[in-house]
Amino acid sequence: MAEAAPAEGLAAAAWLLIALPMAGAAVLLLAGRRADRWGHLLGCATVLAAFLLGVLITVDVAGLPERSAAVELFTFIATGSLDVRAGLLVDPLSLAFVLLITGVGSLIHVYSVGYMAHDPGRRRFFGYLNLFVAAMLLLVLGDSFVALYVGWEGVGLASYLLIAFWYRRPAAATAAKKAFIMNRVGDVGLALAIFVMFAQLGTTSFEGVFGSVEALAGGTLTALGLLLLLGACGKSGQFPLQSWLPDAMEGPTPVSALIHAATMVTAGVYLIARAAPIYDQTPTARAAVLAVGALTLMIGAIAGCAYDDIKKVLAWSTVSQIGYMFLAVGLGPVGYAAGLAHLLTHGFFKAGLFLGAGSVMHAMGDQVDMRRFGGLARKVPITFVTFGLGYLALIGFPFLSGYFTKDAIIEAALDRGDTWGLVLGGVAILGAGLTAFYMTRLMLLTFAGKARWTDDQHPHESPPVMTVPMILLAVGSVGAGFVLVSVAPLADWLEPVFGEPAEPEHVIAPALVAAVVTAVAAAGVVAAWLFVGRREVPLTAPARVSPVTRAARNALYADTVNESLFMRPGQWLTRALVWVDNRGVDGAVNGLAAAFGGSSSRLGRAQTGFVRTYALGMLGGAVVVAGALLAVTAG
Amino acid sequence: MSASLYLVAMIAVPAVGAAVTAALPGAPEGRDERAKRLALGTSLVVLVLAVLAALAFDPGGDRFQLTSSVSWIPDFGVSFALGVDGIALVMLLLIGVLVPVVVLASWRDTAPGERSMRTFFAWLLLLESMMVGVFAATDVFLFYVFFEAMLVPMYFLIGSFGGPRRQYAAVKFFLYSLVGGLVMLAAVIGLYVVSSSSLGEGTFAFDALRSIEIDPGVQKLLFLGFFVAFAIKAPLVPFHTWLPDSGAEAPIGGAVLLVGVLDKVGTFGFLRYCLPLFPDASRDFAPWVLALAVAGILYAALLAMGQSDMKRLVSYTSISHFGFIALGIFAFSTEAATGAVLYMVNHGIATGLLFLVVGMLIARGGSRRIADYGGVASRAPLLAGAFLVAGLASLALPGTNSFVSEFLVLIGSFPTRPVFTVLATVGIILAALYILLMYQRTMHGPPRGVLVGADDTTGGHGAPDREDAAAEAVPAAEAAPASETVPASAAEAGAATATATATEAAPRAGSLRVRDLDRRELAVVTPLIALILALGFYPQPVLDLIEPAVAATMSDVGADPAGTAPDTDPTGGTD
Repeated sequence: MAEAAPAEGLAAAAWLLIALPMAGAAVLLLAGRRADRWGHLLGCATVLAAFLLGVLITVDVAGLPERSAAVELFTFIATGSLDVRAGLLVDPLSLAFVLLITGVGSLIHVYSVGYMAHDPGRRRFFGYLNLFVAAMLLLVLGDSFVALYVGWEGVGLASYLLIAFWYRRPAAATAAKKAFIMNRVGDVGLALAIFVMFAQLGTTSFEGVFGSVEALAGGTLTALGLLLLLGACGKSGQFPLQSWLPDAMEGPTPVSALIHAATMVTAGVYLIARAAPIYDQTPTARAAVLAVGALTLMIGAIAGCAYDDIKKVLAWSTVSQIGYMFLAVGLGPVGYAAGLAHLLTHGFFKAGLFLGAGSVMHAMGDQVDMRRFGGLARKVPITFVTFGLGYLALIGFPFLSGYFTKDAIIEAALDRGDTWGLVLGGVAILGAGLTAFYMTRLMLLTFAGKARWTDDQHPHESPPVMTVPMILLAVGSVGAGFVLVSVAPLADWLEPVFGEPAEPEHVIAPALVAAVVTAVAAAGVVAAWLFVGRREVPLTAPARVSPVTRAARNALYADTVNESLFMRPGQWLTRALVWVDNRGVDGAVNGLAAAFGGSSSRLGRAQTGFVRTYALGMLGGAVVVAGALLAVTAG
Repeated sequence: MSASLYLVAMIAVPAVGAAVTAALPGAPEGRDERAKRLALGTSLVVLVLAVLAALAFDPGGDRFQLTSSVSWIPDFGVSFALGVDGIALVMLLLIGVLVPVVVLASWRDTAPGERSMRTFFAWLLLLESMMVGVFAATDVFLFYVFFEAMLVPMYFLIGSFGGPRRQYAAVKFFLYSLVGGLVMLAAVIGLYVVSSSSLGEGTFAFDALRSIEIDPGVQKLLFLGFFVAFAIKAPLVPFHTWLPDSGAEAPIGGAVLLVGVLDKVGTFGFLRYCLPLFPDASRDFAPWVLALAVAGILYAALLAMGQSDMKRLVSYTSISHFGFIALGIFAFSTEAATGAVLYMVNHGIATGLLFLVVGMLIARGGSRRIADYGGVASRAPLLAGAFLVAGLASLALPGTNSFVSEFLVLIGSFPTRPVFTVLATVGIILAALYILLMYQRTMHGPPRGVLVGADDTTGGHGAPDREDAAAEAVPAAEAAPASETVPASAAEAGAATATATATEAAPRAGSLRVRDLDRRELAVVTPLIALILALGFYPQPVLDLIEPAVAATMSDVGADPAGTAPDTDPTGGTD
């Protein structure tokens, strides 16, 4: 990693990127009802301003020879040999995220103005959304693992608040809590990784840790890699901590788009990419990343095929696509840029898809069951076209975003050249087929076929404040892949972070890979047409299905496993301990008191029992005193 | 006023205030009113004195500052000696902040039976005086005197002004403390005997005692004497069972000072007396203490999850937190012990706030049971917000003060005690569970329990369902601008109507009772929330106060005061 020079010029103002949305959040949450009328506008303005500043800083930093700058802010925690500075690292990696977060974030803020227009809590919503943007920017801009951790838990809080935004719904409140808890499990991994860094290296800053990482023993490095991976799995909804993400769809749809698709859930990928100097030294941890990625991409794709809730299908798709990104960064130097490129294009098309889903729900009176949709293409034409472009980008339609970035990951996997490369590449190709299947199913159920909604529903297109962000994201869905791979290659931009992109040695010709992937995806599309498109869609899901379908509908029983392994034993343990503490520990004490001073009920009746016990206590004390004196003088 | 008199004044002012408050003449109503104002005024004076003391304190100077000493019982070498190091100083600041907040929070409390709130405030002020004394004493005997004396006001605060089982709780509190105190008395006397045999003249002065080399066997006995007293006070599992009863039955103000300050005397005692006076014994016993600490973190957290009474729940969370503090102290590293001291302050603020907000909720609903609440956030958003901030600080979310201290304890303990630290780190998951479970059950969901009527048992099964349905309709209307014909407020009104028809008589009373925070209550929570955030983002000034005293203690037990981690020199960074 290139040394970052102290920031000058615009980069020195990078703290404003965080401060702007933070100030927005503070004003919105503290001002109360008097800010109701203009709160949403302030919320949009701060993020938009941060985006513009982000662009300016990017241009500025791009001109620097090392393309990175360090911003020292203040001493956060310094005691003993620990010295944690609050500082920012402005480099190509963090800037790529800054632009994604503030860019897509601005569009989603604008969209939310329309989406939340009739919600009495709209100001609070924008306050939380601003808080999220601030925390997410801290996560990617922080120059130490501690700063990252602060942002990491900050986005967790924002996610909690926003999933539970409609907290009167018990399902929303439960989903929010579940998300926070499962994230905390991951956070323990990240926290322990930081402890190990401090114990072994005496520092937690990126510069310090990465600068001395080679001095670490292999076992320590592997432990670090695995602990960081645990953290990444929690935040990014990867196996075995994936099951909170689909539940998080209880939050308002813009939240799903921004936090649970485009940005926060990709933080795990950021973490692994940022910690590249560690993973580059530990093949074992990297293999674990690969395994998690490959496994999760299949879990997500399989579950995505079976759900009828439009948002949950998209959520499982997100789980699956982040699996691709994990797979990519697990490949090491050949995969970092590919994974991050997919992360960015996914940010565009998945955010666009979610906003489109929100627009459909808006049209359908908050219905999310795709079996109650059908034939919506003509009713909501703009939504249909923008959603359709996002769909094509996601399934890897030739020359749209996903085609470039997903293929790059599959190629990189195959280029390993060994059996594992073939297995991983094969899984990724299979996943592409499943992706095409579930997304085509979603399209057919929603936009094609006969209308299956009720007569009192009157689907209508959303207002421009919602459709314009959707159109802009659709443009990104179409073009971003081509731009990031061919016009202004992301790999070149990230060179100061990951080093010179290696010239790939292809085991299988890229054109052949592309052809195979496209063919498999096409097969998925055709399969969806055969199973869904040309059949009558029943209004309720068929109950008598194969065990495979049932397993997919239950997301491969992850919740069941969690409940029977952790939740229920935990509840039993808690109940047992409460009993033990009341009867056992306390009972022993009360029993002792009873033995000394009469019954414990008399103890409760105070005065008489109390005096007696007091006297007894004095006596006991005197004995102890005498004993102690003897012991001391004897000693 | 000379700086050395600040401490004397901090003890004298509340003591005099207490006497005057107790002796206030006049008719009962006006008298109580004047008692409150007097108590608030007195406690604010103490706060000002604490701030002045902090300003006069030089972190780079001597270990003990603002010292004063008067010979008290010359025959036994006892003197009335006061002085503070950075550790004691931050505790005095905590006392200074918490007592006025507690007075203000107790403003509308009513005393049970014939008792007068005047007495309550008098005991409160006397307690403040004793608490200052216990932290400011530099003479071990004087410390012991304050240690025991502070039981008296707390005993009466719990026993006279507490909940239904206050007598039982107060006696239990007293007995536990008394047993610990007597064991400590034996050790204090033992210490005197040792000092007279090795110095030729017996003394209780901390600095003199610190310089004595005590025989290892004797050290162990004396260590245990002090340790048992402190482990009961700060309760470590298994000495803890008095705290949930006391915390639950004490009036809220008393509970805040009990877990916020009084119990910290225990952890303070570990650092001030156990480690420096008995370094060898401390090292020998450290693994056992750490085992108790870590067991307590997990055990109490699991128990907190299983509580149905909010005040008991918060009490158990405190036991879990005391485990973290003990871990930080007995890990013997500057980082961890500095974190532990900061934890003592932060826990007072965060758990203090949590207790206060829980108290405000209980004052509205008239029940301590979690199950009697639900959906409070929709009726009292400010209360819910304060509850959330307190809860997040309790689970040590970054950005709140508790994160800094918990992080320091864990990161500082890891290099010396990796296994214990890893186990303790699991506690942060449990903390999220017990806080968020309580928050969800009381604040989220559709309005329930006392919010829909005090006596809702008849409509209990039908009503929640209807409530659910109505509540479901609200977000739907909110989220779907499409259905503009049903504005959300109308749907909300619909929800209220549905409730009203479900339970004829009660709901209006219920919804009236759960009003949002008023100005006085905002004045109670705002300073604490401000401190939580300020110390969360910029803790360094407080750390600078604490560190020198901690470093001195660490060198007493033979740990490197400069810290545990290796140099940042890349080549030297491995083992």
